[in-house]
Amino acid sequence: MKLNTRYLGFELDTPLVPSASPFTRDIDQVKRLEDAGAPLIVMHSLFEEEILHEDAELEHHLSHGSESYSESLSYFPDHPEFKQSCDLYLEQLRAIKETVSVPVVASLNGVTTGGWVEKASLLEANGADALELNIYHVPTDPAVSSTAVEDLYVDILRAIKGRVSIPVAVKLGPFFSALPSFAARLEREGADGLVLFNRFYQPDIDLETLEVIPGLNLSTSAEVRLPLRWIAVLSPICKKVSFAASSGIHTAEDVLKVIMAGADVAMMTSALLKFGPEHLAKVRQQMVEWMEEFEYESISQMKGSMCLETVLDPKAFVRSNYMKMLNDYVYKPGS
Amino acid sequence: MQRKMVTIDGNEAAAYVAHQTNEVIAIYPITPSSPMGEHSDAWSAMGQKNIWGTVPTVVEMQSEGGASGAVHGALQTGALTTTFTASQGLLLMIPNMYKIAGELTSTVFHVSARTIATHALSIFGDHSDVMATRSTGFALLASNSVQEVMDFALIAQAATLRSRIPFLHFFDGFRTSHEVMKVEQLTRNDMKAMLDDQLIAEHRKRGLNPNHPVLRGTAQNPDAFFQSRETVNPYYLAAPDIVQQVMDQFAEQVGRAYHLFDYVGAPDADRVIVLMGSGAEAVHETVDYLNTSGEKVGVLKVRLYRPFSVKHFLGALPDTVQKIAVLDRTKEPGAVGEPLYQDVVAAIREGHQQEEIPFTANPVVVGGRYGLSSKEFTPGMIKGIFDELTKASPKNHFTIGINDDVTHSSLEYDPDFSTPEDKVFRGMFFGLGADGTVGANKNSIKIIGSETDNYAQGYFVYDSKKSGSMTTSHLRFGKEKIRSTYLIRNANFVACHNFEFLKTVDVLGYAVPGGTFLLNSPYSAEEVWDHLPRHVQKHILDKKLAFYNINALKVAKETGMGVRINTIMQTCFFAISGILPREEAIDKIKQAIRKTYGKKGEEIVQKNFNAVDQTLAHLQKVTPPDILTGIELGSSLIPEEAPDFVKNVTARLIAGKGDEVPVSAFPVDGTFPVGTTKYEKRNIAAEIPVWDASICIQCNKCALVCPHAVIRPKVYEESHLKNAPDTFKYVKAKGKEYTETEMYSLQVAAEDCTGCALCVDICPVKDKTNVSRRAINMEPQLPLREQERKNWDFFLTLPEIDRNRVKQETPRGSQLLEPLFEFSGACSGCGETPYVKLATQLFGDRMVVANATGCSSIYGGNLPTTPWTKNAEGRGPSWSNSLFEDNAEFGLGFRLTIDKQKEYAEELLRSLREEVGTELADAILNADQSTEPGIFEQRERVEQLNTILDTLSSTEARYLRSISDNLVKKSVWIMGGDGWAYDIGFGGLDHVLASGRDVNILVLDTEVYSNTGGQASKATPIGAVAKFAFSGKPLGKKDLGQIAMSYGNVYVAKVAMGASDAQTVRAFMEAEAYPGPSIIIAYSHCIAHGINMTYGLQQQKLAVDSGQWILYRYNPLLKQAGKNPFKLDSKAPKVPITDYLYRENRFKMLTKSMPDRARELADRAQRFVDEQYQYYKYLADRKLTPAE
Repeated sequence: MKLNTRYLGFELDTPLVPSASPFTRDIDQVKRLEDAGAPLIVMHSLFEEEILHEDAELEHHLSHGSESYSESLSYFPDHPEFKQSCDLYLEQLRAIKETVSVPVVASLNGVTTGGWVEKASLLEANGADALELNIYHVPTDPAVSSTAVEDLYVDILRAIKGRVSIPVAVKLGPFFSALPSFAARLEREGADGLVLFNRFYQPDIDLETLEVIPGLNLSTSAEVRLPLRWIAVLSPICKKVSFAASSGIHTAEDVLKVIMAGADVAMMTSALLKFGPEHLAKVRQQMVEWMEEFEYESISQMKGSMCLETVLDPKAFVRSNYMKMLNDYVYKPGS
Repeated sequence: MQRKMVTIDGNEAAAYVAHQTNEVIAIYPITPSSPMGEHSDAWSAMGQKNIWGTVPTVVEMQSEGGASGAVHGALQTGALTTTFTASQGLLLMIPNMYKIAGELTSTVFHVSARTIATHALSIFGDHSDVMATRSTGFALLASNSVQEVMDFALIAQAATLRSRIPFLHFFDGFRTSHEVMKVEQLTRNDMKAMLDDQLIAEHRKRGLNPNHPVLRGTAQNPDAFFQSRETVNPYYLAAPDIVQQVMDQFAEQVGRAYHLFDYVGAPDADRVIVLMGSGAEAVHETVDYLNTSGEKVGVLKVRLYRPFSVKHFLGALPDTVQKIAVLDRTKEPGAVGEPLYQDVVAAIREGHQQEEIPFTANPVVVGGRYGLSSKEFTPGMIKGIFDELTKASPKNHFTIGINDDVTHSSLEYDPDFSTPEDKVFRGMFFGLGADGTVGANKNSIKIIGSETDNYAQGYFVYDSKKSGSMTTSHLRFGKEKIRSTYLIRNANFVACHNFEFLKTVDVLGYAVPGGTFLLNSPYSAEEVWDHLPRHVQKHILDKKLAFYNINALKVAKETGMGVRINTIMQTCFFAISGILPREEAIDKIKQAIRKTYGKKGEEIVQKNFNAVDQTLAHLQKVTPPDILTGIELGSSLIPEEAPDFVKNVTARLIAGKGDEVPVSAFPVDGTFPVGTTKYEKRNIAAEIPVWDASICIQCNKCALVCPHAVIRPKVYEESHLKNAPDTFKYVKAKGKEYTETEMYSLQVAAEDCTGCALCVDICPVKDKTNVSRRAINMEPQLPLREQERKNWDFFLTLPEIDRNRVKQETPRGSQLLEPLFEFSGACSGCGETPYVKLATQLFGDRMVVANATGCSSIYGGNLPTTPWTKNAEGRGPSWSNSLFEDNAEFGLGFRLTIDKQKEYAEELLRSLREEVGTELADAILNADQSTEPGIFEQRERVEQLNTILDTLSSTEARYLRSISDNLVKKSVWIMGGDGWAYDIGFGGLDHVLASGRDVNILVLDTEVYSNTGGQASKATPIGAVAKFAFSGKPLGKKDLGQIAMSYGNVYVAKVAMGASDAQTVRAFMEAEAYPGPSIIIAYSHCIAHGINMTYGLQQQKLAVDSGQWILYRYNPLLKQAGKNPFKLDSKAPKVPITDYLYRENRFKMLTKSMPDRARELADRAQRFVDEQYQYYKYLADRKLTPAE
C-alpha cells in the first residue's frame, strides 16, 4: 500500500503526522513518535510571549528590591548566563534533529511583527527543516478591520519569509470572513503550506470565583468537520500550497476523510495525548486495512477526490448542507 | 607587567584573592561581609579554579560558630582554608580563633569590620569587632582601601604560611567593603609567586593523618599549660619581620610598597595622627593639603596591628614629633584608653625604658574616638584634631565628629573645611530604591574606570526602610588617586531621580556654585519651574546652576522600561557631564547594557538601547526665570502634640539631621519610646485602597492581611459621627451581635500605605455588575491625600470596640481589635508583618517580645521610628532584640523572670493577706486568667492591690508593690525568621521547647535569609535558588514542626494566612492559651522569592494546595483529653507542585540557568510533598490508645 505523500516539499511515508504538542519537549517521546511511524516531527511552539515577556519577567524579579537596602543589595545569586526560552528551544531542536531522521518542523507562535520574528533565522540555522507559523490573534479592537487583521498575518509571513529559505507553513484559525480570498493571498505571499485549523483555546467562566479560566479540552472526531470542509473548499483554489488538516483527527477514518477533501497530511494530537505515541502505528494500520478493503492503492489516488471541485454535489460543502442538516434533525426526548 | 584595571568593591577584592588561594571556604552570611562568601560560592559553582587548578569547596554553615569550627577542622586536616565574617559573627568565631592560633595554624580570616551590638545593633563599620579579637593570637592586618584589600589579602596569605601565625585581614565595613574603586588586579602569577609551595606542603603535612598519627588539642594541667603556652613566643617575635619581608617581596613582584607602619607627611612634622583603616586615607589627603599651606603634620598608618612591633613603630615616626593623636574606631568603656592608644603609649614608654626612643622631645600622646558605626570622618574633623594638637595640653580621650554635651569629650571642628576638590569630579545622585539608580551608577563608574585614565570611586548610601527607600550615590572621578573616604558634601553634579525628594531632602544644599543639576520630573522644561519648591528655585538661582530636566518615567514607559529609569538617567549624566565625548559615552553605555543584560535576553538589551536613544531627545536644558514662584515648605511635619522626644530627636533623625543631635538627647541605655512610625508620614504609595461601602460584606480580610496596618475597621455608635468629615464613609454594622445604631467604617491611612494592594487581592467581594471591581480598589493617592488625612484623624477619635464583644478567634472579629504594630518599614506587601500585627491585636496589651535579629528586628526596631505601639491605656508590647543566635533563650529569660516574680509576689501576698484584705488577696491568688475577661478582672484587682500597697509601709509591701504586675498574666512571644529558628538559633530554640515553660514562638518562615539578601537556610525548599544554593537546593526543608512535636508537650501549628486565615487566627489563640511552649511556623511570602508581592497570598494558597506547605495544629491538650492531638488542616494536594514553584523566580530561574537540574529537582520536590502529605495524613488518621 502506498501511503506516501508530499508536504511542504518533503516526501513522507505516510500522511499521518503528529502535530505540535508537548511530546516534543521530551526526547524520549520524540523517539517514540518516530518509532511509531511519524514521517515528520512538528515541534511545540516557541511563543512570542516566552521570548518577550518571560525574559523581561526574569530580569524584573532578579532586580526587584535590589540596591535599596544596605543589608540586602540583591536577593539572588548572580548567574553568568540564563538560557532564554529561545535558547532552550534551539537546544531542543538540535537534540531532536540528532535523534530523528525525519524532517523537523519548528513552530513559532505570535501575533506581532516585533522582535520575535528574528528568531526564525535562528531556527533555520539550528536545523529546522521547515517552519510552522502559528498566528494566534484574537481581535478585540473595533477600530481594526478584517483587512487590517489579514494584513497583520501577511506582514508576519513576509517578515518570516524574508529571513528564511526553508518552507513556511501558516497555521490559521477558522475565523475569517473570506477564507478563500485570504488563503489565496497567503499563497501569493509565499506560504508553502496551510495548517487548518488552530484550535483556539476557549476560555471559560468559573461561576464560583467569577474568574475567567483557561479551558483546554482534547478534541473529538466531530471537530474534524471544520478542517474537512475548508480543505475541500481551499485545496482546489490554492494549488501551490500543501494542506495539513489539524483538529479532530483521531481515527483512520478521520485521516482518510481529510485526505479525500484535499489534505496532504493529517495532524494528530489529542488522540496521541490520550493513547500515547504508539497510537500512530495503530491508526496507520487501520488506514491500510480500510484502503485494502475498499481497494484503494495509494493515498495520492484518493487525495482531493472529494474536494469542492471533485465532489459530486459541491453544494453539500456549502449552504445546502446546512439546510439538509436542519431538515434531518428530529427531536428525541432525553437526547 | 601590565595588569588589568578593574572597578570593584572591597568585598570582591578580598574574595578574589581568597578564592584563588584556598581549598576550603566555610561561610555564614552577615552584613557587610556576606558578598565575599556569595562571590566565592558563585565562582565555585561556576567551576572557577584556584591557582593550583582545583575548584575550592564552599560550604555554608549554621552560624559563624559553626563556620569557624569547620574552618578549624579543615585546617587541622591540612587544607588551605578561609572564612569571611564581621561583627557578631567574628565574636562567635573567637573560641576557635584561640585554638587555631594556639596551634600555630596558617589561615586568613577576611573581615569587613563592623560595629558590635551594644545599646543597639548597627550594621555599619568600626573596629569594635576586630578589637575584640586582640588576645586570640591572630595577627591583625588592616587595609585602608580597595586596592589594599586585594594586596593585603595576598600578603596575609603569604605571611601566614611563612610565620605560621593565623591572620585576620580586616577593612572597614561598608566604607571599604562596599566602596567601588578602580584598582589594579593581581594576577594568578602574582599569587603563585608569593605563595611558597614548600610552605603549603608543610601546612598540609601538619594535618591530622592516620598514616602518621598525632594528638592535638590535649587538656593540660598547672604543671604544663603555662610553659606550653609560652612556646609560641619565637613565632610572634619573628612575625613582624616576616610580614615586612613579604611586603618587600610583594613590592618587588607588583610594585606597590607597604610597611608595617607607613608614615606620610612632613619629614619634620611636629604633630602626627596614628590610626588604621579607611580613615587613614582621609587623614593622608588632609595632611598633604595642610602641609602645602605651611603646616608640619603627618599620619602614621598602622598596617600590622598585631603582633605590634614597637621597633618598627618607633622607627616609622619622624623624630621631630611633639604631639601624637591616636585615633581608635572603637570604644572600650572603662579602659585607660582605647586599644591602639594604649599600645602607642606603651610602645613609647617601652622605647624610653629601652632607650631606643628616637624623638628629640618626649611627645605628648592623646587618644580619641572617631567614626563609630560609620560616622563620617572628614577633613574638617581631621583638621580639628591637628588644631587641638597645637594646644599646650590637648584634650585626651576626646571624640570627634559628634557633639558630646554630657562629658564634653568632643573636639570642635569646622564642618565647612575641605581639601581642594577642583581636580575631582563629584557627583551625587538621589534615587528611589526601585529605580535602578545605584546599579546604573555602578555601571557608570565601571565605564569611566575602564575607558578613561581617571581614578574612580563610588559609594552608596541607603536608608533604613525596606520600602520606598531613598538611595544616595556618591561618585568621584579624577586624574589623581582618590583618598576621600567620606561622603561628598560639595557636589558639582547633583541628580535628583525622584521629584518628591525635592520636598523632603535639601538635595541642592550639596551643589556647589556653578554646578549642574539634573532633575527627573513629571513635567516639561517649560512647566517644571513653577512646580519646584521655593528653596530649590533659590538654590538654582543663587548658585547659578545649569539646570536640566527630563521626564524619565515618560521615556521609560514609552520604551517599555516600566519604572526603571536607570538607563535613561545614566544617559543624561553622560550627556551633560561631558566626562566622555557624547558619542563615545553612548557607545560605552550600550556596551555596558549588553554586558549587564545580555545574559537575560536580547529583547531587554534592545529595550535599553531604545531607552538610551530616546533619552537624548527628551533631555532639555531649563532656562529659569529670575523669580521665585514655588511654594515654601513647612520645616517639620511632626504634629505639635507629639512627645518631646519625638520632636527633639526623632524628627531630626527623620529629617536626615541625626548627625547634629547631641549626646545628651539620647537615652543612656538604648531604651526608646514606642509608637513613633505614625509621625513619619512617608506618602510612598502611588495608589491606595479605597473602600466601596456599598458592596462590602465586612469580613475584614483586607485588614487582616495588610502588612502595614493601614486598613482598619471599627464598629461604633452612630452618635460618634457628629463631627465626621464630609467624605468619611460608614454603613450599618452587619451581624446580629451589633445593634441598629452601630456603624461600621473601614478607613485607610493614606499617608502610611505602601500601595502593595494585598488587600484588593484578598477581597472576596466582586461587584456583581463589574467583576473587576472589589469592595476595595486601588486609586491614585495624591488626589485623596488631604481628604483621607482628615478622615484618618477622625477615625482615630472613634472609640475602640469593647474587646469582650468581639469573637476574637475569627478573622473578622480579630480585626476589630486595635493593632499595636503599625506602619513598619518592611517591604511593601511583606508576608511576615500581618502575623506580627495579628499577635498584637490578640494579645498586645500583655505581650513581651523577644525578637531575633533579622528582617523583623529591622522593621521593628531600626531607628528613627518603631512600629510597636501602645493603646489608649498606655499598654502594649514591650520589645527587645538581643542577638541573632540567642533569641529563644532571651525570651525564655523573660518567662523565667515573670514566673519567678509571680511566685514571689504570691508568697508576699499570702503573707500580707490580712493587711491587703483577705477577699482581694484570695481573689488575686485564685484568679482564673485563662480568658481575656479573666485577665482584665485580675488587672483591676491588682490595681486595687497597688492602691492598698501604696498605703502600707512594710518592707514586704514595698517588695510586693515592685513586682505585683506579674500577678497579671503576661504573654511571652519569641519571634524571628527561619535563619534564626532553623539554623543559628536552633539549639536554643530546641532547648526552650524542651523547657516546658509557657512561651509562644513565632517563626516567620520566608525559607531564606531575607534580611541579609537571600542566602539559603535549612528552611529553603528543594529546587529553590538562593545565595549559597546557586544550583538550586538539593535537599528538602527541615521539618521543624515535627521536631517540636516529638516532645509531645509542645503546641505546634503550621499556618499560612493566605491559605486559611481562620486556621491562622485559631492557631494563634490556641498557642497563646496553651500553658506550655508553643511554636507557630508561619509561611511568609517574601521579596526574596521573586514574586509579585501583590499576589503573595495567592502563592501562600498555592503552597498549601500543592502540598508544599501543610497546615496543621498539634495540641497536647487534646491528648490529655484522650483525643488525637494532631489535626491536619490541609486537604490532599490538588495541584502539581510545579503550579506553585514556577510562579516564583527562586524556582523558575533554575529552569533558565540549569534546565535539566530544574526538572530533576522539580520531580524530587513532587515526591517530597507526596510523601510529606502521606505522613501527615497518617498522623491525623491514627487512633490513639490512651496509655495505662
